[in-house]
Amino acid sequence: MPISAFLTDASVCIGCKACEVACKEWNHIPDDGFNWTGQSYDNTHALGASTWRHVLFLEEKKPMGPQLAGIEEPFRWQFLSDVCKHCENAGCLEACPTGAIVRTELESVFVQQDVCNGCGYCVVSCPFGVVDKNHEVGTAFKCTFCYDRQRDGLMPACAKACPTRSIRFGEIGELRQEAQVRVKELQDRGYKDAQIYDPKGSGVGGTHAIFVIFGEPEAYNLPPAPEVPTIHMKSAWTAALVAALVVVLVVFLAFAL
Amino acid sequence: MAADPQITEARLDALREEAARTGKIQDHGVVPMGGPFPKPASALSYHGNPVLKPPTWTWQVPLYFFVGGVAGISALIALAAHLFGNAGLQRAGLWIGFLGALVSAPLLIADLGRPSRFLNMLRVFKLRSAMSVGAWTLAGFSSAVGLAVVCHELILAGFGYNFLLVIEWAAEIAAALTGLILASYTSVLLGVTAIPVWSENRRLVPVVFLAGGTGSAAAVLELLGFLVPVTQFIGIVAGVVETSVAIMIELRGRYVDRPLREGAVGWLTRAGSALAGPASLLLRIFWGHNSVARYLAAVCFIVGALISRIAWIKAGRVSSLDPQALFRIQRSAPDAATH
Repeated sequence: MPISAFLTDASVCIGCKACEVACKEWNHIPDDGFNWTGQSYDNTHALGASTWRHVLFLEEKKPMGPQLAGIEEPFRWQFLSDVCKHCENAGCLEACPTGAIVRTELESVFVQQDVCNGCGYCVVSCPFGVVDKNHEVGTAFKCTFCYDRQRDGLMPACAKACPTRSIRFGEIGELRQEAQVRVKELQDRGYKDAQIYDPKGSGVGGTHAIFVIFGEPEAYNLPPAPEVPTIHMKSAWTAALVAALVVVLVVFLAFAL
Repeated sequence: MAADPQITEARLDALREEAARTGKIQDHGVVPMGGPFPKPASALSYHGNPVLKPPTWTWQVPLYFFVGGVAGISALIALAAHLFGNAGLQRAGLWIGFLGALVSAPLLIADLGRPSRFLNMLRVFKLRSAMSVGAWTLAGFSSAVGLAVVCHELILAGFGYNFLLVIEWAAEIAAALTGLILASYTSVLLGVTAIPVWSENRRLVPVVFLAGGTGSAAAVLELLGFLVPVTQFIGIVAGVVETSVAIMIELRGRYVDRPLREGAVGWLTRAGSALAGPASLLLRIFWGHNSVARYLAAVCFIVGALISRIAWIKAGRVSSLDPQALFRIQRSAPDAATH
């Protein structure tokens, strides 16, 4: 089975939120209120237990490539649909003490709802802040990569619903090539800060969701160098071991003196 | 004239000013629409919104961190007391460990989103998950310290069989070893997360948690009447460590440590450190021969250590909400995600 992935392209996203709606409808995710953030036309705030696709609305005082409008007071408005990255080294999966979070045969990261006991350790272990606990149900939820649809040979609901092919779904190698072609095309047309967000060299060891963005990833709240927390396992346990040895020494010394 | 006499030109001016100032209108009648006024995102983050998710843990978790620390180190003190022939401290240490273990499991289970599934923790063992290691450690510690208490009480009741003594020794050693893990794994649990203030202090939190657990175990023994040099010595060492760590956090002045120094959580951290550090230390050093001062020092340390656990978890919440804490660390890292 080919390794599938998402390529989400900010340059063609129109902020219609069809992906959010399709995701919610297909996966029967409850609504999470209809509150505006007061910051933009974003009304889902961030990814979470009940938001598996999040369309962000980014207003920046920067020029939009070679476009002539607003040169005196540069302003650009961008949209991007964020999603679970399905990391190669997934912090949530490593942290899960019940084995509820597993790697599927599609190489996606999946929370088995009948096993999760809601300990909340995955929530603080995700370097992208994706997975969260639903406090009514008591367990952790995040994007399933439409496991059920993919098993039946269908593409994920968000990609299917996207009207501009901003969300592309396909084989990861092909998508990486497509992203490169797209970024080159954008740069040639004067969008000099177009780039690929694909953390394959960082601590998460690559993801199954890559992005075409303009400017720095921080503007989209994408971590510039995400790390799987377990890379610090050794140093933390070493410190604990040294401290524990000192405790043993102090306690025995207390009796010996 | 407007249809609604309350809408005057002044009212429209006020609305515009509020919109410009705060970015949204709060007044009744406008809230349902929300009135989003797009404004430029703050520098290098998505409107300053959090990247990470805050911890979902409830109040039981810091309390469990504290109780687990006391119980684990009490078992170690009991083992040392047995080796050095101090029967009183041995028995007290074992019982504190046992009662602590009895309290720990319900605290941990109460925090779960699905408490009925707590046994799922024991369907796998994952060394790479500190939470999994902790669940198994608590199970092992509870069994070992329970067995040690039963053997000890049987021997005290006059059942002088040799095999009971052998089992007691084995159980005590097992309880001391698992107790040390129980008192320290919680610090690794915090250190190995994505939360900046925990992750960046992954070498310091073990020191804080073990010092807190060790000092609190000695302090609990003192409150039970063991105003002996052993508990005084342990109390002084723990107080010195608590004081040093607090001074270090203040002097180091790192951005990532801001939740430990600033705002309500910063003051909570300081209050915990001051009680467990200087307050208990001064009482011990200057009035160490006065039993009232010893009791007071013990209470100070216990309250301080408990506050410190709460403050460290609350600091994680504050840290998770600050995208710059994360970006600052990652910008200095070489392996950038974009190309």
